[in-house]
Amino acid sequence: MSYIIQGETGPWEVVIGLEVHAQVISNAKLFSGASATFGGDPNTHVAFLDSGMPGMLPVINAECVRQAVKTGLGLNAVINRRSIFDRKNYFYADLPLGYQISQFAHPIVGEGTIILDLKDGTSREVGIERLHLEIDAGKSLHDQHPSKSFIDLNRAGVALMEIVSKPDMRSPEEAGAYLKKLRAILRYLGTCDGNMEEGSMRADVNVSVRHPGEPLRTRCEIKNVNSVRFVMQAIEYEAQRHVEVYEQGGIIEQETRLFDSNKGNTRPMRSKEFAHDYRYFPDPDLLPLEFSQEFVDEIKAGLPELPDAKKARFIADYGITPYDAGVLVAEKETAAYFEAAAEGYDAKAVANWVMGDLFAALNRTGRDITDSPVAPENIGKLVNLIKDDTISGRIAKEVFEIMVETGDAPDKIVEERGLKQVTDTGAIEAVVDQVIAANPDKVAEVKAGKEKLLGWFVGQVMKASQGKANPGILNEMLKKKLLG
Amino acid sequence: MTELTKLTLAEVRDGLAKGEYTSVELTEAFLGAMEAHKALNAYIVSSPDVALERAKASDARRAKGEVLGPMDGAPVAIKDLFCTEGVQTTAASKILEGFKPQYESTVSGKLRSGGAVMLGKTNLDEFAMGSANITSAYGNVVSPWVAEDDPEKLVPGGSSGGSAAAVSAHLCLAATGTDTGGSIRQPAAFTGIVGLKPTYGRCSRWGIVAFASSLDQAGPMTRTVRDAAIMLGQMAGFDPKDSTSAKVELPDFEKALTGDIRGLKVGIPKEYRPDGLNSEIAALWDQGVEWLKDAGAEVVEISLPHTDKALATYYIVAPAEASSNLARYDGVRYGLRVENGGNLDEMYMKTRAKGFGKEVKRRILIGTYVLSAGYYDAYYLKAQKVRALIAQDFAEAFKKVDLILTPTAPSDAFPIAGGAKVDPITMYLNDVFTVPASLAGVPAMSIPGGLSQRGLPLGLQLIGRPFDEETILRAAGVMEAAAEFSAVPTLLRGTK
Repeated sequence: MSYIIQGETGPWEVVIGLEVHAQVISNAKLFSGASATFGGDPNTHVAFLDSGMPGMLPVINAECVRQAVKTGLGLNAVINRRSIFDRKNYFYADLPLGYQISQFAHPIVGEGTIILDLKDGTSREVGIERLHLEIDAGKSLHDQHPSKSFIDLNRAGVALMEIVSKPDMRSPEEAGAYLKKLRAILRYLGTCDGNMEEGSMRADVNVSVRHPGEPLRTRCEIKNVNSVRFVMQAIEYEAQRHVEVYEQGGIIEQETRLFDSNKGNTRPMRSKEFAHDYRYFPDPDLLPLEFSQEFVDEIKAGLPELPDAKKARFIADYGITPYDAGVLVAEKETAAYFEAAAEGYDAKAVANWVMGDLFAALNRTGRDITDSPVAPENIGKLVNLIKDDTISGRIAKEVFEIMVETGDAPDKIVEERGLKQVTDTGAIEAVVDQVIAANPDKVAEVKAGKEKLLGWFVGQVMKASQGKANPGILNEMLKKKLLG
Repeated sequence: MTELTKLTLAEVRDGLAKGEYTSVELTEAFLGAMEAHKALNAYIVSSPDVALERAKASDARRAKGEVLGPMDGAPVAIKDLFCTEGVQTTAASKILEGFKPQYESTVSGKLRSGGAVMLGKTNLDEFAMGSANITSAYGNVVSPWVAEDDPEKLVPGGSSGGSAAAVSAHLCLAATGTDTGGSIRQPAAFTGIVGLKPTYGRCSRWGIVAFASSLDQAGPMTRTVRDAAIMLGQMAGFDPKDSTSAKVELPDFEKALTGDIRGLKVGIPKEYRPDGLNSEIAALWDQGVEWLKDAGAEVVEISLPHTDKALATYYIVAPAEASSNLARYDGVRYGLRVENGGNLDEMYMKTRAKGFGKEVKRRILIGTYVLSAGYYDAYYLKAQKVRALIAQDFAEAFKKVDLILTPTAPSDAFPIAGGAKVDPITMYLNDVFTVPASLAGVPAMSIPGGLSQRGLPLGLQLIGRPFDEETILRAAGVMEAAAEFSAVPTLLRGTK
């Protein structure tokens, strides 16, 4: 799986670390008590603290703490029962306090791990450096007025988890897999909706390159990339840029860059002399955040089954391949659907139907698996109809399409539309004889050695029987009659 | 000075209960005094409409037999650092000119819901940064005291200079102050009144314009110890809206005034008697020791070894927090905005350049510097370590003694004209005796002890264990009785 850029000075390896900002699912903001729900008219979810009114003070929202701990446990990470909120000072119009309340030296969650499921079926471990809680800024709207910027503070003060990986990824694909896996874990836990389009999950991407075996070289940070695809594109571009700069004898400066999704490139965000000195210091308005081991244990006891455990169980209990299991557990809802469908039926066949025809149908109709037109038990029933030779695989595809259209059960469809497979050899033989009699020239050709034409005969018989002839019986019969 | 404005808070509580006068009569008397002594510039705004409305409501309640508490109907002044609903709150800064909060600070809200009548908002040093009340954007406060040998106008001390002058000159019954490094105690000493800085966490900071969050603490400024006890009870208490507010029981502070301090152990820290200590101050301190001994207390010498590091520590910690706390005054959402077609950064710079005064700018610069990359460890981090040592000093001392007695300020009040010429370091030295207790978060109180040879008030400071304001009040009551401090500010002499 190695991703190597071949340069003139030799092969280059890419080193990637990700900082993901995940918006915490909670009713209220991290410190102000104002609503944290998405949407709403501008500046309607704003408490006096969020707008930086004089004398207003932060009070921690315990639910957000619970969510951060839950996420930490889901990442197999160290939970720090004592953590400290700091102020990160900088001026911007959508930052009313003039500082962001964040955690710097003492985050709530320490080191953990994430296991990536790669396309070739292998897996790889990526380290989590830390997770900390912080507040989001407001939103600047620069396109509402020719000379003024508008500010919406609905988002200001909403709780974010910044989840920082170790620089353990070596290819755009791994970075993509990391984001998808992290998103799956967050969604399983119910601590972040993982919606990158709405901005509830955003990634800062740290990229550097080196010749294999070298120590780490200077990294650049690409800020606020908002889709998995863009993250992968940004890494590809940025790694290539580093290689080119190095190979032309240049040096890479540590800087913050922006990804332009239209041009597919990155450009510097601010030059070095305007780099911020954030002057972090412990927020004197907040005491250190402390909680008991019982608090952690209680959350731990309530954790749902997470993707890795579910995957292992699917492989063991259903006998499906690691790859299929990985695909099926990627979304909690898909996994639940699969389990409902496979219960009491041939799980491998059910997995194929879910991942093949059902995914395609959902894609085509733009529907979500939670409102799938096909009830999960109907997939199992369909699999059984094939298994007991009631219908052929080909007819099954037709039946499935009708299931998507009507939502009906497959047995009902087969019954009503007379799609039952013909296994009566007499009936099949009559049709076969009819076809042979009507095509003496083709018969001669087959007998002369053009065996490929057998397929043509199968097609003709199927056509005449409206696809209901059992293909196994039909094949046998044709071979016997034509080739002796 | 009318008969009504001469009264103490305790007397007013009883007088109102007996129906000797009404809250409206009291309020009108104080509004009249405020008008008569406008030249002191003790108030930034008076709020006669609010005051009379609340006084009438108080009288109406009382007529129905409802009394909200010991301060129901009592006219008080609120330092203009407390946000007051619908009444301009400036922190004495141009940058907040015209700002009318939509909310009421917890402390002023408690007084309000206890029936107290707000007369107006008192002047202070800009953002409470100063020890002379000469940094206000709304002009200097003039002390009602004048030295016998010099007609120069004197400072009332700071930062709660407006509150001190108002209480001293009987322009209110009592006032709220805030104390970050001595801002209640030092002006109390300069104006001959009582000022109590409670334990950090005793009074909620919610709704008080922040200067240095880990140090700011609200407290009462009154003419008697008993009044301070009554008023503290109306200001203090746990507030879930302030994470640093303490969940401790609220005692009946007035009950602590038993007059009995027999067996109490009082420490005299040797480090507070440096070479060159003003001899009048030293003499008053010795006098204080005698008063305590006469009342049966045991006085012992103690050591607070890190005292000499306190001022430097304070002037790192407080500006650091201030530099961050004051970042919100950027012209974007409220208060002053200076713009002339430039970009955002230019608006910030112009707004803050015009909106902040010199001392505030100086402290923002110091604070920004000590938090900067490369300097943080040498200044801020080290200061935090020293602060912990200073707190440790007090913790150790309080294993041996129940109270500590020191002078409040190193001198009596100085002229306004002189203050403006004083260099910042000398000005900062005013806080040398008050700052250690602030850094340690322990309660401390200044009471008038006597007059200097020039006829100006001098204060003594009592420092107590965390959340033991009661012992301070008890000893203060005894010393107050012994001192028999009855001097009237120069301004009020000859008036009746």
